[in-house]
Amino acid sequence: MLDDKNDVLIIEAGKSEKRYWADLWKYRELFYFLSWRDILVRYKQTVIGIAWSIIRPLLTMIVFTVIFGKIAKLPSGGVPYPILIFTALLPWQFFANAVQESSNSLIGSANMISKIYFPRMIIPGSSVIVAFIDFLISSFILIILMFFYKFLPNWKIVFVPIFLLIALIVSLGIGLLLSALNVKYRDFRYVVPFIIQFGLYISPVGFSSDIVPEKWRLLYSINPMVGVIDGFRWAILGEKVKFYLPGFIVSIIFILILFILGFMYFRKTERTFADRI
Amino acid sequence: MVKVIEAENLGKKYIISHQPQSQYRYTALRDVIADRIKSFLQMAINYKNQKSLIPRHEEFWALRNISFEVNEGDRIGIIGNNGAGKTTLLKILSRITEPTEGKVKIKGRVASLLEVGTGFHPELTGRENIFLNGAILGMTKSDIKKHFDEIVEFAEVEKFLDLPVKRYSSGMYVRLAFAIAAHLESDILLVDEVLAVGDAQFQKKCLGKMEEVSKCAGRTILFVSHNMGAISNLCKISFLIDEGLLACIGDTQYVISNYLKRNLNNYNDKMRNFFGTLNSKLSFNKILINNKSQDIVVSPSESIKIQVYGECKADIPKFRLTISLFKRGFRLLTIHDLEKPETLPKCKFKSELEIPSFFIRPGEYSIAAGGYCENGTEWMWGTDLLSFYVSEEWSNKYESVNIGAVNLFHKGNRILFL
Repeated sequence: MLDDKNDVLIIEAGKSEKRYWADLWKYRELFYFLSWRDILVRYKQTVIGIAWSIIRPLLTMIVFTVIFGKIAKLPSGGVPYPILIFTALLPWQFFANAVQESSNSLIGSANMISKIYFPRMIIPGSSVIVAFIDFLISSFILIILMFFYKFLPNWKIVFVPIFLLIALIVSLGIGLLLSALNVKYRDFRYVVPFIIQFGLYISPVGFSSDIVPEKWRLLYSINPMVGVIDGFRWAILGEKVKFYLPGFIVSIIFILILFILGFMYFRKTERTFADRI
Repeated sequence: MVKVIEAENLGKKYIISHQPQSQYRYTALRDVIADRIKSFLQMAINYKNQKSLIPRHEEFWALRNISFEVNEGDRIGIIGNNGAGKTTLLKILSRITEPTEGKVKIKGRVASLLEVGTGFHPELTGRENIFLNGAILGMTKSDIKKHFDEIVEFAEVEKFLDLPVKRYSSGMYVRLAFAIAAHLESDILLVDEVLAVGDAQFQKKCLGKMEEVSKCAGRTILFVSHNMGAISNLCKISFLIDEGLLACIGDTQYVISNYLKRNLNNYNDKMRNFFGTLNSKLSFNKILINNKSQDIVVSPSESIKIQVYGECKADIPKFRLTISLFKRGFRLLTIHDLEKPETLPKCKFKSELEIPSFFIRPGEYSIAAGGYCENGTEWMWGTDLLSFYVSEEWSNKYESVNIGAVNLFHKGNRILFL
């Protein structure tokens, strides 16, 4: 079992758990098992199974290339358009999946929440991890694309993990916020798909942020995914992409605000989940 | 003695909202906004006479003023009616929900079993679910691996380990779920009415396991059940929770008899609960068991005399009065006041029926009464009119063993071919 024999636990009205972090650590295996369950279950009774995590981004990429690259003829700054799109599609799909899955995760586990104690953060957290696994799988498409177009990234690619971490923080922050809100107000079930659909068009997925007029650029960066996507492009596409630092800083600030907000709201409402759900 | 649980003044309040259209169990943001505006407007309108405001929310105390102490190794039964707050207490102790007031101090590792198979995923195999459910209950992977074979053996599902649990029979499902929980290594185990599922044999096995665990490992157990036999078998001390209050603490037998007395209501106003074609001609006024109409506890060594007082308003030809005994909703037996139907003239009457001593086994019984004419066209019937309890005082050894509902004095012999 998890706790020490001589640990004294005090449960008191209105007091937040002092050993929350210790608990979170103790329950790390549950974290692992839940992610593992979601991954195992995801493609059970499907014919092509895990190929779905390849097919979906691949088709989206093709559609976007045709619409934005061929029909709208947007500039790509010398980068093959499929690669330009895919470097943005990867973090975007990670974000979209993570937010979608985690915002519904608490409601989906209502039974567990009302019957067993564990740090509730594990549930949306493990949904983010599942989305991350999908991200890793679809990254292979990017590698294949790069071989195909004989596109060689430069040394800046070592920064990818940093932007990945930022993407993780955004997704977790928004996921925590939405999942906790969803417990109380089921409206968010309908809000989330809308945010994601809307976000795809206001984030620089189908095009490069360079086409945004200079004077609007800073405002545009309030969208936290702008910083993440631009970062990915900058790290992967090399020389051909300039780094817009002010915008990135704005994005980071908003990401941190979102994360702290999400985290605090989650912690505050967490104790009443079992009564509300 | 080491105190492992100290609860002081625990209370849990829920807010019940009385919204006319709250058909969904969750709040929608729209409703909240609309509601705020509405009540604001109402406030503004009714500013002068505030009494006309109907309260939208009502407080409900699921638990209140609960204070108790539990020593290490105690096995404690918790009894009470449905909705009395037993599960809420366990939920507070296991940190699922927080108390509204009060404080609990718990020493040691707590595991709770409020439901079997929480977190089971139907698509996963038995093997996978053992690991998943174990982790949900708080076991580490190495713990689970250590007990894996025992769990499988206890649950008797060896052959089906690699089958998704959605293909399991419900019995297999419950067995597997309980087996995992039974192998939790905790100092304090909180068990809700989980044994109600599964067949009698499996229930016995689970109770045996719980006894073994608590006796050998010195574990503290808090056990919620409606099965008085199981409680008295397993627990020395019991709590009685009644409408959110801790009504009684003490020796299990004492608490159980206290509980049963509270529950054996005076059913006399239920004498109107009759239906049927004879309802206008015949009325039952009173039913007595051994001259009592409430708090009836019968010793097995007493015979059970049932007296029915009634009034007949018009002659009923070829009529027999009928009494049925129900045990947990199952009709155990039916008896009549007369061997052959006879005309019941217009008058007041009393029917007497008797069940011999040592015939029905310990437990709670409910009485239904009625009657019918021989040709079956006219009848009347009323259920749950009165209940009584047969106590467990004879042949101690078999008291709590489930060997059926009645004792039959039968013939039998044995021939040895030596």
